[in-house]
Amino acid sequence: MTVLAAQAVVLPFLGALCGLLLGPWLTRVLVAGGLRTAEDAPTAPPTEARGVEEHVEAVPGVPGEPVPEEGRPAPAGLRGGGSRGALGPVLFAVLPTALTTVLTLVIALTVWRTPGTRTGTLVEVQTGGPPILVGLSVDGLAALLGVLVGVVALAVQVYSVAYMRDEPRYSSYAAFVSLFTSAMLLVVFARDLMVLYVGWEIMGICSYFLVGHHWEDKANSRAATKAFLVTRVGDAGLLLGIIVLGLGAGSFDIATVLDEVGGMPHTTVVVAALLVLCGVAGKSAQFPLHTWLPDAMAGPTPISALIHAATMVAAGVYLVARLYGVFLAAPVALAVLGVLAAVSMVGAALAALAQRDLKRVLAYSTISQLAIMTAGLAVGSRPAAMFHLVTHGAFKALLFLAAGCVIHAVGSNLLADMGGLRKAMPVTFVCATIGYAALAGLPPVAGFFSKDAVIEHAQSVAFNGGALDVLPAGDQGIPGWVAWTVYLSLLLTTALTAAYALRAWLMTFFGPEREAHEAPAAMRWPIIVLAGASAVIGFFGLAAEELRPHFGAAAMALLFTAAGAAGMFLAWRDAPASDPSDRMGRVRPLLENAFYMDGLYDRAIVRPVKWAGRVVRGTDTRVVDGAVEATVPAARGLGALARLPQTGNPQTYLTGLLAGAVLLVLAVVALT
Amino acid sequence: MSTLIHLLWLPLVAAVLPYLVPAGARLDPVGFGRVASGFILAMALVQVAAFDYAEPERMQQSMNVAWIPAIGVRFHLGVDGISLPLIVLTTLLTFLCFLYLGRRETPDAKLLTALLFVLEVGMIGTFLALDLVLFFVFFEIVLIPMYAVIAIWGGEKRRHAAYKFILYTLLGSAVLLAGLMLLGVSAGTFDMVALSERQGFDIARGVQIAAFAFIGLGLAVKAPMWPLHTWLPDAHTEAPTVGSVLLAGVLLKMGTYGLVRIAVPALPEGAEFWAPWLGCLAVVGIVYGSLACLAQTDLKRLIAYSSIGHMGFVLLGIATLTATGINAALFGNIAHGLITGLLFFLAGSIKERYGTGDLAGIGGGMLAKAPHLAGVLAFAAVASLGLPGLAGFWGEMLALVGAYQPGAGLPRETFVTYMAVAAVGAVLTAAYFLRLLGKITHGRSGTGAAVADVHPVEWASWVPLIILVVLVGLWPKVLLALTDGPVRALIGAGS
Repeated sequence: MTVLAAQAVVLPFLGALCGLLLGPWLTRVLVAGGLRTAEDAPTAPPTEARGVEEHVEAVPGVPGEPVPEEGRPAPAGLRGGGSRGALGPVLFAVLPTALTTVLTLVIALTVWRTPGTRTGTLVEVQTGGPPILVGLSVDGLAALLGVLVGVVALAVQVYSVAYMRDEPRYSSYAAFVSLFTSAMLLVVFARDLMVLYVGWEIMGICSYFLVGHHWEDKANSRAATKAFLVTRVGDAGLLLGIIVLGLGAGSFDIATVLDEVGGMPHTTVVVAALLVLCGVAGKSAQFPLHTWLPDAMAGPTPISALIHAATMVAAGVYLVARLYGVFLAAPVALAVLGVLAAVSMVGAALAALAQRDLKRVLAYSTISQLAIMTAGLAVGSRPAAMFHLVTHGAFKALLFLAAGCVIHAVGSNLLADMGGLRKAMPVTFVCATIGYAALAGLPPVAGFFSKDAVIEHAQSVAFNGGALDVLPAGDQGIPGWVAWTVYLSLLLTTALTAAYALRAWLMTFFGPEREAHEAPAAMRWPIIVLAGASAVIGFFGLAAEELRPHFGAAAMALLFTAAGAAGMFLAWRDAPASDPSDRMGRVRPLLENAFYMDGLYDRAIVRPVKWAGRVVRGTDTRVVDGAVEATVPAARGLGALARLPQTGNPQTYLTGLLAGAVLLVLAVVALT
Repeated sequence: MSTLIHLLWLPLVAAVLPYLVPAGARLDPVGFGRVASGFILAMALVQVAAFDYAEPERMQQSMNVAWIPAIGVRFHLGVDGISLPLIVLTTLLTFLCFLYLGRRETPDAKLLTALLFVLEVGMIGTFLALDLVLFFVFFEIVLIPMYAVIAIWGGEKRRHAAYKFILYTLLGSAVLLAGLMLLGVSAGTFDMVALSERQGFDIARGVQIAAFAFIGLGLAVKAPMWPLHTWLPDAHTEAPTVGSVLLAGVLLKMGTYGLVRIAVPALPEGAEFWAPWLGCLAVVGIVYGSLACLAQTDLKRLIAYSSIGHMGFVLLGIATLTATGINAALFGNIAHGLITGLLFFLAGSIKERYGTGDLAGIGGGMLAKAPHLAGVLAFAAVASLGLPGLAGFWGEMLALVGAYQPGAGLPRETFVTYMAVAAVGAVLTAAYFLRLLGKITHGRSGTGAAVADVHPVEWASWVPLIILVVLVGLWPKVLLALTDGPVRALIGAGS
């Protein structure tokens, strides 16, 4: 079983390696064998914003051989590359991912039929302290996440073949996506916290390289750096948290850590849980470390779907679920998580209302939705949180990929350049509609069930004054006010979500009609599959008692949804061609800039650090090294002093001798 | 006699041989150097193959003969799990340096070849020596050839840098010698094996503290430890590429190796007394080095300052006086040697192509101009910032683990504070490396002249390092299985 999981982890890794090293060779072999790329979709300018044309300069040395096109000249200026010219890399990208997806499905099926935890260890590394167990562990939670990762990764790989068809650096792009898939599966299946951390950071670096994929534009480079550094701040905390837990338990093995939590001092557990929360806030883009995610939208859209919506950002939530025993032993940390979740979900939903860029709307929406998951965890409902994680993974990947189709068609990310695409892009329209309905939480689509499960749980915890039913009766839960804050924030967020989802939907597909082409097949099919999934997976929740919706709470949430949607619709109805958010007036800049957090961090952290760097540099030259360099003149000076008496003049020496003799005589006389 | 002696006389003969060739016969010194250093590398690999991995803590292939009987100094060599990886690193980097040199004409190639082989004798000898005096002799042999390499083949301000290097390190050596003598005379033996087995039981506490201070100070100059580091940026900036590679890759390790091999096991009470101070200076170095990197404008200087930060982690590991921490230090030594060696190779190639090491002068868009060169640079930078899965991570992580639970008798709160500060340093490390990548690899290429991509010879000298960085990163057991046994023996025998 763990062998299957290991294969699922290793396959995409090998795919990435081979894609980079052997991809061009395979292309040559296949082309020599008479095979050609079967690409017949209409040519469209690749999108991802202004400046793609300039990517041409990057062609030399790009792995991926130019392939003669059948009757169609390559687009002007493109010498080679794009997925269409890189059959080898395409195969190395898609096939291993497909196999991995099958493996994750097999694993999930097996775990479903015979539940239980299966662990396997490849090797135990002695460190002098607690050993590191290089091994995997498969249980229901991991299997579920594994399927999500596998399916979304496969959808994205297939989608990318079409989306990146004119991209000169397709093969490095595909390799990083594969490497990412491998790292994410390692996080999901790891049995040891250190192994998990390895996967966790490799995901981060893949995110860095993929966000900065179009590095010609310095803005993208900055966005990539920001994404990595902000998460790294959290990850430093996470690493310390892992060390605290591992040394407290005498092992980095997750199961052992959870067993030993009861015996650790309370302070240790609280500190560890709070440190782990740093990592969670960084990776899952929760307040106050959320600022990197909207900027990370600089990456190609399929990347946003895979990494910045469905999987990597969910890893933080997954980690809390994995280590839930630690958090239950430290309810203070759960309370902190609850407060952060409340701030993140409302703040990000407000910011999403005012964004002009479709992808940034979705990015803020992701922050807000991830906060719903962490809120579920904070109120003690791990199943509800995980349920929402899976449904959100499906419908948000769908929304991003659909957004990619739209961006591909209109050649811009801005909502103002979209609108009226309902007729021109019927498939995208239907799929995106399912996605937005799921986001807004309309029944019977997936988002309704999962969001409702969280809200119901928050409601009951708030009514019980913060007592958590996962803890033994009488144990201290989270403070009552935290429970209430979470509950009310959830309801408010429901209304806001309906409003921004409706705005994005209307501004993309309604209003004055516009000419455009439907997306090519390789892009259509992934969104159709994800739309199907988003439509039905909600019903799986009906199997579990705690996830089943109940009339009272569900109706209440739907009322809020209706209120938010109605407000937005009224604002839009009068002027369908304009942006309804313009009506917000002076509040809009505040929301559009997400409460100016970036400026605040720039002033409070970035600039002081840069200043400190300059100070250190100056100090090093002038003071630390200055002291060293000063020894040279000092030594010379001493030398000169020592040389003074040695004038070479016998008279001086004689005078000195005489003076010395006189002094000696005087001294002898005086002392006796 | 043991086979280890071959690792010493071979480079020595190789240093002399080019001068013995009759004037008529033409011999390409660098080509000869490639062959000879490759042969020495093969000899080191034979040691790897012959090593008994069941007992990494035992001194293997020992050789112990009288050398200066009058004062009881012996010619004692041996290899265990601590020194074996360092021997391989040394011979590998020397071989790669010769490979890299052959790319183009070098002035005075014969002299350079000879100097590099003398350097190799010193480096290998330092890691093999098991007698305090012998250790010191080899430790000193290294200085002169490195001085000459910087002073003859260096950059514009090479004289100044070379003087600073030799004077500063000689001063360190003088203190080191005093410390070694104090230790040897008070213990009654210069034998390092006996010293570490006896764990300083018969040396008075005051003497231990003084001896540790002297030895530590002498080795700290080499490591280098903040604030004794200022010779390093100058030396690196001016040294030719092969000089920088060997300086960062091997010479810096001699300092930390000496601490682990001599000072910590032989002077446990001195170590316990000084450890909090050592740890403090180590974390100051980590943060200070990283901050300095953030403001650097020269590529080689930046990498030099990054070494100060990384060696800070190594020193922090040693300061914890735990098996984990010392494993971390030894792991960090090797990882830093591989990664920073690669970084200095890259810096040399970049400087050569652009004609400047100034970041603004290099400009942006290297990914467009020379994608493979920029790709390898990105790999090395990512490895250096401590990405898990690559070699740099494990040393840093284990140093933090050690600091969380320092050895008995050390103030725990202080070390936990060090751990937190070091973690901040790790974030800053990421910041300056990403700044570097953003500055020179990203962006449009502008109008600058064309830049050649990676040359096959460059590939040949870099690929082994790349493979090892990945291998050691994905399979840390390769090194930890070797060092863990001897480290436990060094630390644990007394307790």
